Amino acid sequence: MFKQKHYLALGAVTLAALLIFSLPPRATSRLKLAISSLFLPLFGLVHTAQQLPADLADSVLPRRELLKEIYNLRRENEQLHVQELQAVATGRENDQLRSLLAWQKQTPWKLKLANVIARDPANWWRTIQIDLGSRDGLKENLPVLTSDGLVGRVSSVGFTRSQVILLGDPNCKASALVENPAHDMGVISASGPLDTSLAELSYLSGSANLKSGQSVVTSGLGGIFPKGIPIGQIVDARPVEFGLYSEARVKLSANLGALEQVWVLFP
Amino acid sequence: MNVLQTILIFVAAFLAVFGEATFPLLRHWLGAQVNLLPAIMVYAALNANISVVALLAVFGGLWFDSLSANPLGVTILPLLIVGFLIYLRRELILRELPFAQIILGAVASAVVPVLTILILLTGGKQPLLGWGSLWQSFVMIVGGAIATPILFALFEWCQHALGYQPRAETSFRPDREIRRGKK
Repeated sequence: MFKQKHYLALGAVTLAALLIFSLPPRATSRLKLAISSLFLPLFGLVHTAQQLPADLADSVLPRRELLKEIYNLRRENEQLHVQELQAVATGRENDQLRSLLAWQKQTPWKLKLANVIARDPANWWRTIQIDLGSRDGLKENLPVLTSDGLVGRVSSVGFTRSQVILLGDPNCKASALVENPAHDMGVISASGPLDTSLAELSYLSGSANLKSGQSVVTSGLGGIFPKGIPIGQIVDARPVEFGLYSEARVKLSANLGALEQVWVLFP
Repeated sequence: MNVLQTILIFVAAFLAVFGEATFPLLRHWLGAQVNLLPAIMVYAALNANISVVALLAVFGGLWFDSLSANPLGVTILPLLIVGFLIYLRRELILRELPFAQIILGAVASAVVPVLTILILLTGGKQPLLGWGSLWQSFVMIVGGAIATPILFALFEWCQHALGYQPRAETSFRPDREIRRGKK
């Protein structure tokens, strides 16, 4: 039953697997990115195929519709321009007040749009791959968000793409603040494997007065996520360890199950 | 076993990993993604030689882990164990029967994730586990069981369509030809 050839194959593969396991994390990370870059042509192909129907639809859209859309966008642009002027004035005033109080100046957010090109094929992780990499200035631990709220953080960076760990994955924890009078603070951590729209808010104080619907935002602690990014809303709360502390389920603002484009936030 | 079959197995494994990462329809509908690598490994273990089984475990595992948050190489050993065990007993398996293919696909799809998670936990990693994981395992097992006979049929079809078909020998023998008329 067992021939020498079988032993050789079994031994060689086991040795190869052990060798890869024992590589230093940096080397493993590079090897991983190198291997996954084999899929890049296919990612490009899928992106082009997905764009094709949209391009076709654009080409047959009547001129009247396009003109109407341009008119609406111009109006929206003007409104946003006015709002931006107002925001700049408010920011300037904020900076002056901060300098009077000798507080550190707030830096504006710099955002870069990225396309989601792949999801984790394993069911026990929540990660995605985006089409921005070190050539676009990405670094590890940069926050990733959508217009709805926080999505996660960049975990590893390749030349042309990066891996993002999503909220709800055991490796993505974020310090969070509940927008209630007591400003209760906790840590957003992993939830169940099935529902991507929920995350667990743990290490809240035992006396926390949590109500369903209260907003949860990033607290700014931890040095990765800036303060004030919306995370979600409290669904329910329960005392843990005989009321020593509380835990709450949070309905995430961003729809992590249907991400197509995300923003990477640069410091 | 020929070169075309080997190429088909590796192309299928590559496309399977790519498809699992790119098309999230099953994940949206059922909450879990089906892994096709165990089903392909079943086919390889029953039809290819031991080096193809070993190489499929290495490359399939590396491709899968490279797109996942798994530590690189963690899927190699589970795939190899499943492939190797089937390979050792393949003379006793009625590989042509869809029932046998379904059972093997289901068992392989159950064993590979369990072994992977065990290795992850042994290595101190914290994968996302809970009661929902039971449902995910069920989806993976059923998905793998359904996919295996389909993959077998697909491989056979591809081989038939792309491979060299040896010409069947005719029963004609010139020395036994009945000659009519005068010599």
